[in-house]
Amino acid sequence: MAAPRDSPATLLTAPAGSPVWRRKALNRVMTAIIAGAFALAMLPLLSLLFEVAKRGIPGLSIEFFTTSARGAIGGGGAAHAIVGTLVITGVAAAISVPIGIMAAIYLTEYGGRSRLRRWLTFFVDVMTGIPSIVAGLFAFALFALIFGPGVRLGVMGSVALAVLMVPIVIRSSEEVLKIVPNHLREASYALGTPKWRTIAKVVLPTAFAGLVTGVMIAVARIIGETAPLLVTTGVVDSINSNPFDGRMQNLAVYAYSEYRTPGVMKQASYDRAWAAALTLIAIVMILNVVARLIYRRYKTETR
Amino acid sequence: MPGTTDTARVRSEAGQEPVPTPQAPSTTPEPAAAEGRQAKTIEARNLNLFYGDFHAVENVTMTIAPNKVTALIGSSGCGKTTFLRSLNRMHELNPGARVEGEVTLDGHDIYARGVDPVQVRRLVGMVFQSPNPFPTMSIYDNVAAGLNLNATRIKKADKDAVVERSLRGAHLWEEVKDRLDKPGSSLSGGQQQRLCIARAIAVEPEVLLMDEPCSALDPVATLAIEDLIGELKSKYTIAIVTHNMQQAARASDITAFFNLEETGRPGRLVEVGETETIFTSPSEQATEDYVSGRFG
Repeated sequence: MAAPRDSPATLLTAPAGSPVWRRKALNRVMTAIIAGAFALAMLPLLSLLFEVAKRGIPGLSIEFFTTSARGAIGGGGAAHAIVGTLVITGVAAAISVPIGIMAAIYLTEYGGRSRLRRWLTFFVDVMTGIPSIVAGLFAFALFALIFGPGVRLGVMGSVALAVLMVPIVIRSSEEVLKIVPNHLREASYALGTPKWRTIAKVVLPTAFAGLVTGVMIAVARIIGETAPLLVTTGVVDSINSNPFDGRMQNLAVYAYSEYRTPGVMKQASYDRAWAAALTLIAIVMILNVVARLIYRRYKTETR
Repeated sequence: MPGTTDTARVRSEAGQEPVPTPQAPSTTPEPAAAEGRQAKTIEARNLNLFYGDFHAVENVTMTIAPNKVTALIGSSGCGKTTFLRSLNRMHELNPGARVEGEVTLDGHDIYARGVDPVQVRRLVGMVFQSPNPFPTMSIYDNVAAGLNLNATRIKKADKDAVVERSLRGAHLWEEVKDRLDKPGSSLSGGQQQRLCIARAIAVEPEVLLMDEPCSALDPVATLAIEDLIGELKSKYTIAIVTHNMQQAARASDITAFFNLEETGRPGRLVEVGETETIFTSPSEQATEDYVSGRFG
């Protein structure tokens, strides 16, 4: 015997306890649970942002952005750290982006079902789990082998960060390249275009927006890494913008060292540490906004 | 000059058949007297097509004549699209795909050892079922894609002339001449398909293959494309796969009927002949059954 149809009268005036009413009540409960779970997940993030802002803003000042710690007793700023972060991250991206994107191109366009492709995918997945200190030690060991122990260079930090970035860039680029519809490649082949030209002039431009987003995700992942940079780039007080020339400070290590070894004026040091953390978050936010703008400007509607 | 078919076979059996210098599009586009260019014949002989171990199309021998429209009809899955794609060496792009037999363009075997598939595809163009203009390119760049993607050295003025000629040839010029820099995807379905046709003829192929070009279009757009095909045949050799028998009857001169006896068996070419004969008095029973709608 089929259940009676729900007429408007039935639905709107369902008495408590009836199947219709129970369904609606269950719906409301589930909605509340899900919304609550979302709020719970957002709570640590919002509280963190609030804390960092609250403690970091007092440390912000013109001095913070323009002077380095060189020669400063109790004062000084983080200009050297900001420059260092930007340089080290920039070089890391310059290393990992070409490698990552080209590996992704191999995996999607040329790999097919070959064994090399399966092994590559496996190792890339393993690499995404490498602890950052391991990447730092790898870079340290590599440069120690070549240049002797005790060397500290900005580019060593970049190499360590690149090791961490490459698997992320590969994975996200691979996904984006897979989404490029095959009929665009076919249209290009049908015009008598060789495969590499098709990739360079049709596939990559179509995937451009997604590739940029993937790179931004990778940058956001590594920009706050402290451990690998501690062992590779060292701690230094003056501005150094040459990655091949000696120690370089960066925001993550700066925050750590200001907190760990505060100067004469403790509170000022702590303030600067928090301000450095706030600056890092701000940099990531700016990069994210830029990435979104690029995505919106360049995304292609593919069917 | 192309030899007779026997000579061609002997030559290709003799080993390395050098790639014939195709009538590549010259850097200065030919004037409107492109009508002087001869359309070429494309022939299949004992062609067998495989996807890995699966035998998809069996022993096809037919000629696609110049300055005529040849329609390939048949029920779903009978191998017509597979056959069409083997004519411009797109079939082998599928992993595991294999070709046995011979396809000759103007007497030269395109599957001979040493022949570059990329060159073949410049000579044999293709228009696909769903319009697929390049989304990152403007209308102008889409039409010129055949030139741009191959880094052909060509002066801007000459490229403009090629684009205009192709768009006029595809009956799209009047509609888009004021917005050539807009993206290709901003056009309607029928316009996009005409854009794809313009793109295909911009490189002046010898043969134009069309895989169900109207199946994604409304009747008005379909009529426009069919009229266009009727005009293009004066310059090109055209083969078109179609599911729509009425379209084949309307738009083609020669019809080839492909059939599948049962799933799992390879598709075969059952009968080929003048369109009027095929539709009124075909020789094979299977053809008669299909065109009168008893199956398919």
